[in-house]
Amino acid sequence: MALIETDRLSKIYPVGETSVRALDEVSVTVRPGEFVAIMGPSGSGKSTFMNVIGCLDEPTSGGYRLEGVDVGRRDRDALAEIRNRKIGFVFQGFNLLPRTSALENVELPMLYNGIGPKERRRLARASLKMLGLEGREKHHPNQLSGGQQQRVAIARALVNQAPLILADEPTGNLDTKTSVEIMELFVKLNRDAGRTILLVTHEPDIAAFSGRIIRFLDGRVISDEPVRH
Amino acid sequence: MQNDGAGAEAEMINIPATFRISLRALRANKMRSGLTMLGIIIGVGAVIVMLAVGSGASRRISQQIASMGSNLIIIMPGSSTAGGLRMGAGTQSTLTLSDAEAVARECTAVADVAPMHTGAAQIVYGNQNWATGIEGSGPGILNVRDWTLAAGRPFTDQDVRSATKVCLLGRTVADNLFGSADPLGQIIRIKKIPFVVIGVLAPKGQSMMGQDQDDTVIVPITTAQRKIFGTRLPGMVRHIVVKARGTDEMAAAEAQITELLRERHRLTPREENDFTVRNLTQIMQAAEQSTRIMALLLAAIASVSLLVGGIGIMNIMLVSVTERTREIGIRMAVGAKTWDIRLQFIIEALTLSLIGGVIGIVLGVTGAKLLSVLAGWSTVISVLSVLLAFGFSGLVGLFFGFYPAYKASQLNPIDALHYE
Ligand SMILES: Nc1ncnc2c1ncn2[C@@H]1O[C@H](COP(=O)(O)OP(=O)(O)OP(=O)(O)O)[C@@H](O)[C@H]1O
Ligand SMILES: [Mg+2]
Repeated sequence: MALIETDRLSKIYPVGETSVRALDEVSVTVRPGEFVAIMGPSGSGKSTFMNVIGCLDEPTSGGYRLEGVDVGRRDRDALAEIRNRKIGFVFQGFNLLPRTSALENVELPMLYNGIGPKERRRLARASLKMLGLEGREKHHPNQLSGGQQQRVAIARALVNQAPLILADEPTGNLDTKTSVEIMELFVKLNRDAGRTILLVTHEPDIAAFSGRIIRFLDGRVISDEPVRH
Repeated sequence: MQNDGAGAEAEMINIPATFRISLRALRANKMRSGLTMLGIIIGVGAVIVMLAVGSGASRRISQQIASMGSNLIIIMPGSSTAGGLRMGAGTQSTLTLSDAEAVARECTAVADVAPMHTGAAQIVYGNQNWATGIEGSGPGILNVRDWTLAAGRPFTDQDVRSATKVCLLGRTVADNLFGSADPLGQIIRIKKIPFVVIGVLAPKGQSMMGQDQDDTVIVPITTAQRKIFGTRLPGMVRHIVVKARGTDEMAAAEAQITELLRERHRLTPREENDFTVRNLTQIMQAAEQSTRIMALLLAAIASVSLLVGGIGIMNIMLVSVTERTREIGIRMAVGAKTWDIRLQFIIEALTLSLIGGVIGIVLGVTGAKLLSVLAGWSTVISVLSVLLAFGFSGLVGLFFGFYPAYKASQLNPIDALHYE
């Protein structure tokens, strides 16, 4: 069974008198365990696609199934629950809560699914440890480097055992060396932990870490091919 | 790293964690939180003080009523004009002892009568010395003023007729002159004149503007007039206190007294009363009523500041929601539901208003205590008024916190995440 299955997904933004077709009948299928890179010029609809897949945004038309379940036309709270259980987000700008320790940032998703405080703490610690952030639990985001912050964000995305990781330009704010480290992490997560990863990037070097590249242009998929290593 | 079974609890909202989030947000802006609370603090404090002062005043008046005796009518010499403006009531001398006797004899609705002649004097027993109020009256005074005797006997009509030098001591006077010794049968000197103590009054306690009611000596009115104070107009009294047979007989008693005295003073129908009859209980009850209304009014005004404090909370919460739009977006992205977000901000508003409420209660109670200690006002802080103020501040937080919380929960996750 496919993990992600979109059927002529469209997203139209009204802008003044006219409208922008950010997504134009996109039909994509992603199987569990895949590592997909999404590429394309600026404004081609990559982020829009990720937001719809991540249940952060609703499509204007078309269907979307996640793990075989129709996600379209769900209410806010149902979507929130899907995000909480099925999806881990990694953003370009990290999106950690300021003035909040790394540990508590990682605990955040578990605040909303009824895991007790002790278990929460234990799982968050384990997740941080897995990302090599042992000893940094008490640090606030402004006391961490960009790479460390992104690893905290990844720890947060992983902590709920979500099968799908969505990363929109996760290395966009990082230098090349750190980018490579982060990408190696993703590869490891994909290969060893079986997480399905969708990752947006502008850089071919980054996309090369993935197993499949989907290219967008003007809201359409113009190519979709595996990466030859 | 399995979290099996979490699904069953997924509907549950994590209150302790939400509470911690709210507290942290408040701590992050200490100055702002403090200033926002100030409105609630002042409001709650003012409500508490106003209620305390108000119920203190009305309690004092009810005590006064109770201690004065019930169903009292006071007759004063001098007239009151038709417009109700008192014109020299009490300044003329038109009431006589025989008026008092006639009222006692002839008015059927009257239970007892006490003609009064009061003053102050120095009392000496041995080397003890005490300045106190002297009340000259008839035997009826005990019944009229609801005094009871702790020891001894009351004086009689015979004592009044022959102006005997006997007296009844209030508890305070007895204690101060005699200590633990028995005053009965002892001789004290009032203005150097020897008096036999024939009775001691049972204590009534303190009240009436903090005045000690037991600090008094009662003597036959004739003795007070002729021997202690002397009077230019023998047979005249300052005023007469009358006790009606019951609350429903007050009006009848007033009418009978007026009719009798007009007759006795030979007033033609054209002439105004040369005396004034007042229903003391009614006067006091009216005073009590107006004090209570005044107190409620003050509390209502005070609660307006509570309302203003609430608006302050709403204002700051709206600012807070805007400032933290991105945080809200992050929380939504990782799975916060509508009520998770709402509760976070409602608890925040509630915390502000309840902490403000507690500080306000502490300040209000302290203020009320200070008022009674420093200014001598009697204040009563009831548990109810404290609970009321606390509950009200909570309601204010809830009410004014809801809209910002609602607004936060309705944000679009994408817009919130991308908010700069
Ligand atoms: N909220 C919005 N309102 C109107 N138009 C929007 C909105 N969000 C995106 N768009 C438009 O949709 C199109 C696709 O935007 P999207 O953010 O998906 O591009 P992208 O491929 O992620 O670009 P980039 O590489 O720069 O991140 C763009 O033309 C953009 O202007
Ligand atoms: Mg983008």
